[in-house]
Amino acid sequence: MRRDTHPLTDDHSFAGAFAAGLLAPDMAVPDVILAASAARYAVYRNNITVSLIEALAATFPATKRIVGDDFFRAMARTHIRACPPRSPLLFHYGSAFAAFIDTYPPASGMPWLADVARIERAWLYAYHAAEAGTLSAQDFARVDPARLGDIVLTPHPAARVLSSAYPAVSIFSANRKDEPVGRIAAREGEDALITRPGADVIVRLLPPGGAIFLRTLMDGEDLATAAGAALASQNSFDLALNLAGLIETGAFSTLAFGSPSDDARQHDDA
Amino acid sequence: MSHPLDVRSPRPLREGLRFPAPRVHGRAGVSFKPEHFAAIMEGRPFGGFFEVHAENYMGAGGPPHRMLTRLRETYPLSVHGVCLSIGGEGPLDPLHLARFAVLVERYEPALVSEHLAWSSHGDVFYNDLLPLPYTHKTLARVCDHIDAVQNAIGRTLLLENPSTYVRFGASQFSETEFLRAIVARTGCGLLLDVNNAFVSAANHGYDVSTYLSDFPLSAVGEIHLAGHRAQVDALGASVLIDSHDCAVLDAVWTLYAGIIAKAGPIPTLIEWDSALPAFEGLAREAAAAQRLLDSVAEDIAGVPHDAA
Repeated sequence: MRRDTHPLTDDHSFAGAFAAGLLAPDMAVPDVILAASAARYAVYRNNITVSLIEALAATFPATKRIVGDDFFRAMARTHIRACPPRSPLLFHYGSAFAAFIDTYPPASGMPWLADVARIERAWLYAYHAAEAGTLSAQDFARVDPARLGDIVLTPHPAARVLSSAYPAVSIFSANRKDEPVGRIAAREGEDALITRPGADVIVRLLPPGGAIFLRTLMDGEDLATAAGAALASQNSFDLALNLAGLIETGAFSTLAFGSPSDDARQHDDA
Repeated sequence: MSHPLDVRSPRPLREGLRFPAPRVHGRAGVSFKPEHFAAIMEGRPFGGFFEVHAENYMGAGGPPHRMLTRLRETYPLSVHGVCLSIGGEGPLDPLHLARFAVLVERYEPALVSEHLAWSSHGDVFYNDLLPLPYTHKTLARVCDHIDAVQNAIGRTLLLENPSTYVRFGASQFSETEFLRAIVARTGCGLLLDVNNAFVSAANHGYDVSTYLSDFPLSAVGEIHLAGHRAQVDALGASVLIDSHDCAVLDAVWTLYAGIIAKAGPIPTLIEWDSALPAFEGLAREAAAAQRLLDSVAEDIAGVPHDAA
């Protein structure tokens, strides 16, 4: 058996020697293994690569459906070798997958694919996020209308906003289920809110200006500032519609007054 | 070798239990898979316990915890760690160990187990149960890691014998000698995976009966049964893969019956992790194990088989 030179690492420990070739198929079998069982090193290589491909396939089912099984497995395998998991919590794995897809040459003809993957990654983030309450219409109704512009909101731990230059939400929605995918009419860029108001994760297409409105609120700015920012970017921004959407999706958990000095909480689920 | 702790009767939990007392002695359980949740909740009550992989319940919230809480309200639970990397060269990840301890505290499982294996090295997580040579040095390290886990969870850990595909020239102990030494030094218990024993023996060409007769049964607090598959390696030799994707094979059932006839009705889990059948399929496997456990319990109680 050829002496293993561990070109990828200067870790000469037992585990370093054993691990060096696990994600590097061209490396020799580590010489710490008895020759009689050396051919079985391939079992570990295969178990690891296949299990990580399956982990990515489970996190990114729409992405996989779009490109097909063989394409997805090849893409995932390339990513796994370049960027193996760093955490034993596999539901955190794949946070760099969308950025990888953006640079993966065979996917260059599908420039929206990475954004679909970003939505799917946010979906799993929302799935595991902490439990928290959601604001109701009554919570807003209790606010003195004269002070509505002063309120600041705490986002639900599951809530994320994503913006795409492509119709990524329509493509995600069409491919995240088993039914056949028809022609996707949308051509414009789309923004998504991903959150989990109760047991189930939801992905919503945001109306014009909705993404900047929610992002500004999530940054801790008050409602007047957020509405102003949204209106400045989209003159068709509809505050009533966006407020209704914010309540209906449960994207925020608590409400308080951010200014001038009154921070008395109207609602606290903590 | 007598064991200082009777791992078969979980030590009394502290005051103020939030969940029903976890009774698993003499019971057969199955792996819990979220796909089966509705069938479990809506179907006939299951008489056994459920085992979960700890790492799947280490998120902050959401459906995994909602399901596990509801499951635990009715059933005893076994928490099975797969990523602590007890056989690893580096120190245990303190953050991960803390998460493990929180889970044990939160769900009050009847059984807590991990593997004689490693899965992380440096900063990479390999998502597999990797083998280690059995040396004086690795023995000391594994024992340190088990001490750390048992200190963190405040209770006995059951350590599972691995399924392995390769062997190391550096090994100074047989696997059963190594496990005995770990038990003697740490006071941990063992999880005897009969399928792993079968798979490893076949892959390395030793006699599984000898392995099992050397196994320190008095320390065993849980038994695992699972399916495996035969493949052919690069040299054309047969290799058994611990695949957990099919029913328990007859040869493994036979070994299991022999073990519990000797050691008594040790809580037994049917592991099934991929190519999942409907819940009824899993429950049928558990029922087969339960029949064997019941027959052993009756023997011990002095009731003849055919009186049941």
